[in-house]
Amino acid sequence: MKATPPTRIKQIFYHHRTGLSLGLIVFGAFVWMYHTQPLATTAVLASALRQSVPLALGALCGLIGERSGVMNIGIEGQMLMAAFCGFMISVWSGNLLIAVISAVTAGALMGLMLAFMTVGLKIDQIISGVVINILAFGISGYFYQTGLSTAGKLQAFPLGALAKIPLVGPVFFNNPPITYGTLLLVFGVHVVLFYTPWGLRTRAVGEHPKAADTLGINVYLIRYINLAVGGAIAGLAGAFLTLEAVGTFERGMTNGRGFVALAVMIFGKWTPLGAWGAALLFGLATAVQTQLQFAEKLDIPHQFIGMLPYLLTVAVLAGFVGRARPPEALGTPYTKD
Amino acid sequence: MNAAGILNVRKILKKFHEVRANDHIDFDLQRGEIHALLGENGAGKSTLMNIICGLYRPDSGEIYVEGQRTVFRNPRDAIRMGIGMVHQHFMLVPTFTVAENISLGAEVTRGGFIDLQNSNKNIRKLSEAYGLHVVPETLTENLPVGIQQRVEILKALYRRSKILILDEPTAVLTPPEADDLFLIMRRLADRGVSIVFITHKLKEVLKIAHRISVLRKGRRVKTMTPSETDETELAALMVGRRVYSKIDKGHKRPGEIIFEVNHISVTDERNIEVVRDVSFQVRAGEIFGVAGVQGNGQTELVRALCGLWKIQGGTVSLRGKKIRTLDPRRLNQMGVAHIPEDRLKHGLVRQFCVADNQILCDYYKRPFATLWLRDWDAQLKHSKRLIDQFDIRPGNPLEPVGNLSGGNQQKVILSRELSREICFLIANQPTRGLDVASMSFVHKKIVDMRNQGVAVLLVSVELDEIMALSDRIAVMSGGQFVSVFAADQLSKQQLGLIMTGITPADMPRQP
Amino acid sequence: MHTSRQYSVLSRFFATQLRRAFQAIGVPVTAVMVGLLIGAAVLIAHGANPMAAYAALWQGSFSHLAAVGRTLEKTTPLVFSGLALAFAFKAGLFNIGAQGQLLIGAFAAAVVGCNLKGLPPMIHIPLALITGAAVGGLYALVQGVLKVYTGAHEVITGIMLNYVAINFTDYLAAGPFKDPTPGNIIARTAQIQETSQIPQLGGIPIGFVVGVGMALVLWWLIKKTTLGFELRTIGFNVHAAQYAGINVKRFLVLTMLFSGILAGLGGAVETQGVVHRYQPGFNVGLGFDGITIALLARTHPLGIIPAALLVGAMRAGSNRMQFAAGVSPEIVDVILALILFLVAADRLVRWMILKRPAGTRLSVLGAGWNRQ
Repeated sequence: MKATPPTRIKQIFYHHRTGLSLGLIVFGAFVWMYHTQPLATTAVLASALRQSVPLALGALCGLIGERSGVMNIGIEGQMLMAAFCGFMISVWSGNLLIAVISAVTAGALMGLMLAFMTVGLKIDQIISGVVINILAFGISGYFYQTGLSTAGKLQAFPLGALAKIPLVGPVFFNNPPITYGTLLLVFGVHVVLFYTPWGLRTRAVGEHPKAADTLGINVYLIRYINLAVGGAIAGLAGAFLTLEAVGTFERGMTNGRGFVALAVMIFGKWTPLGAWGAALLFGLATAVQTQLQFAEKLDIPHQFIGMLPYLLTVAVLAGFVGRARPPEALGTPYTKD
Repeated sequence: MNAAGILNVRKILKKFHEVRANDHIDFDLQRGEIHALLGENGAGKSTLMNIICGLYRPDSGEIYVEGQRTVFRNPRDAIRMGIGMVHQHFMLVPTFTVAENISLGAEVTRGGFIDLQNSNKNIRKLSEAYGLHVVPETLTENLPVGIQQRVEILKALYRRSKILILDEPTAVLTPPEADDLFLIMRRLADRGVSIVFITHKLKEVLKIAHRISVLRKGRRVKTMTPSETDETELAALMVGRRVYSKIDKGHKRPGEIIFEVNHISVTDERNIEVVRDVSFQVRAGEIFGVAGVQGNGQTELVRALCGLWKIQGGTVSLRGKKIRTLDPRRLNQMGVAHIPEDRLKHGLVRQFCVADNQILCDYYKRPFATLWLRDWDAQLKHSKRLIDQFDIRPGNPLEPVGNLSGGNQQKVILSRELSREICFLIANQPTRGLDVASMSFVHKKIVDMRNQGVAVLLVSVELDEIMALSDRIAVMSGGQFVSVFAADQLSKQQLGLIMTGITPADMPRQP
Repeated sequence: MHTSRQYSVLSRFFATQLRRAFQAIGVPVTAVMVGLLIGAAVLIAHGANPMAAYAALWQGSFSHLAAVGRTLEKTTPLVFSGLALAFAFKAGLFNIGAQGQLLIGAFAAAVVGCNLKGLPPMIHIPLALITGAAVGGLYALVQGVLKVYTGAHEVITGIMLNYVAINFTDYLAAGPFKDPTPGNIIARTAQIQETSQIPQLGGIPIGFVVGVGMALVLWWLIKKTTLGFELRTIGFNVHAAQYAGINVKRFLVLTMLFSGILAGLGGAVETQGVVHRYQPGFNVGLGFDGITIALLARTHPLGIIPAALLVGAMRAGSNRMQFAAGVSPEIVDVILALILFLVAADRLVRWMILKRPAGTRLSVLGAGWNRQ
């Protein structure tokens, strides 16, 4: 038998060593950049944070489902549908809060739909995700009309003195509500997943559903609820896109973020904190890509930076950059004999 | 039947398709007793216990816990009534700690969060109270099997189980670990926990049980105390007198050695040796039977010999030539035939028609294909001939094999394997799940092969089959061949005893 | 006696074939009809006229030769991606990366088409097509190798590599291979040489004919060759395949390669036959149409043609539908999503009611990200 296992903190650090190393390099680069070009750096950082919000939320949605043993490639569709509903309700009601709530609800409903297809009808999980994506694209595209005006955007509000810290202050502590909410959710999901009975049972269902079943845990119920909650979180991401970042809706405005969220989830090794870090990194890549596109400073074509997150994910998946192990029961529908 | 037991089941009936796994079984358990449930594979022990712990619903019958009629809709109900089960295949989440596995579903919380401290404390207290020492913080996947079992038992005790069901607990334990377990069981019984102990090992049962119930073919045959019986009677009750048609094998002098295995070992995914240092030879015109209870390495041995698993150490020779790497296709080309034990998983493609299944291993050979082009007409002709020869019903070459009965499916496999020029046949549980008529058919075909000079390796858990067909018999236990005899040297009772781990007093010396 | 047995076998043969044919198309046809019905309901809910919409859809896709030509144009890449996906499905692989393979094949073909001068069409066209197919195949080969030897699930690597392909071809079309025509600001390649353009045959894109040809080739391959036998065996029962002596790992890698070749060929055909250059965004859409087509056709190569035609027609006719009936083209996506759902669910609903096992291979396609 092994000696006492390493402490929790050490385990976390080791598990995420790739991401953390990358993060450190990036941090160093930023300190140097800030020294030379403070304004550009702040702009890039702010953009990175903004880009990271839907990715982090989408990754949370994905990982809640996957930890329960259900693959969700329909995050994109859930986000899009929610963005659209949020937009329409914002137009119709003129009230941003109601719009956000309806977006979250729309996401949750899509999550329930996924649960019904995968857990209830036991349809292949990938095909179910594809159905959700196409359906969301179709419905949102079809019912959308141009020229509608919304109730505006959710505004940023500073967190007092913290907002005055150089570099980090204006970027991290002067943000609209959903951006703050993301961080809260990241920690919230982390705590629930690893420190509450619900989280324990969820993880059991994702690793060994039969064991959970013999102990009287309702595998189906856990999957349904988790997918609904995950959908709600993806809905929040959709709300962010229409009601906080952009202010309007566009056909297909999620633009693949739901799929990048999958990459974020894997890169973050199916943990909320890892997903948040990966989202920041990927958001940074997008921000730098946009910056390079307009600045034409470096010789690296901006598309290569854009490709980087995807290539990294493939590397992680293949085991080249540290092993990522998904939950054991992922992808197989559960049947009681 | 004592009605005042802590657990009482009456006339439990459970059918799977047409098979009566439990055929109106009565069973009772007294408080603080260790009641052994003895029987062969397929006798219905696990089914009965799965019903009692709430995983299955009985088709009819009643369950009484402490005198009160109860119906279990799911495992939660059973757990609530104080019934805890330790399954043969552990229900532990490998990536969880011991504490997490034990408290799953019954977590100790404080303010909505898992109270790790109190949880660990409670588990430590529990483990010390019952003498089942575990360290709550260890990861389950790092634990040896014996300790994992302790965790499973603690899981039940944690939920205040008054009734503990252990399904083949010693199957995965070494003898000293098994003795440890028996001490624990005694201790638990002394403290009022009632234990049902499922096994097929006679020695243990006589050592540890207060009462013994023997199940056979879904029925309870007899219940008695250890002092009222002995090994011979138990073996006889377990195995029973089964009807089988005597096959006139005819005398055949075995020829040269066709297949030879020397000191091979096989390890599974967890790097545990499941086949240890096995050596044997099979001669032309002889049936070499390997008897043994399921789970003693037979499956792994056969898979390794077929080239589907790796062999660690040792050599395998066919017709005197050493085979360096076993590969299914090469073996096939060298004249080796294989009847797999799981016909639908390994032997057939359910969605393919009969004709396609009949050339599953030979599809690339002439006349079925030249280069890469298939010749359907040749294949159809071949299939029809085989359907005639082997009397496969329905006689439609295009019928999807999944629609056939088990017996006919097996005939499809036989027609494929036995219609080639072969020198060696491996038959693994060839009559599993078959009706009597099909069984006779299969047996006849195997004997025909033997009489034509084929060397046959027969692996089976059915004693009757082994005894009726084999010329020589080896008993496999714990991954090793524990004895090898000529068939006429042993009686069935003796063989049964050897299989359950006991050496009969009047055993003949090995040839 | 011999004859009567032959006769009864023959009649049983026909009965089985008939029953099978009905079973085969019964589900997809029902799915399409129900999908259209529910689509009509959505239209009504929005206040639109489904009859007018569907009539316009029909007009825009089949009513006259130009429309048919447009339909066939849209259908051609769909045929190839449908074939690519269906072929992979037969082995139990989900080649969602077909979209990226198609793009990269299209680009490679465009490069060959632009930059090689002075070749006779007899050589130039096949060369471009083969290059496109080969590049697509190699791209898929990466995924196949990763899946078989590292366990990386082909759906995720497929989605990721799709985006890599989009980014990479974007870069190439906007940078090194940008159209040097003066006054051009669009990120696209130059027009391919005349010698490399596939001529139309009376309004029918030859690419479509190639597609149909590929479908026939694939059908023949699967039905009449040992390779097809091995493919189906692996797809239905991997264990039996091993037992039969098939080298499963190698075969799965080759399957991905071939699937990628089909997708790449589709992209090349699109470039050489229709667009005549590589232009990012030429193949708009989510790229999931191939999946719907493959499942509608129940992975049968010959079924891909009508399935692709259906989707292609709907896409081609949607312009007219918007123009004439004022209905947004996205309703087509809604209908397709419903059809996909019904096709995927119907098999299981049937299984649950009749308790007869449906093809189980589809139900474990999504077995985890990191599984062999």
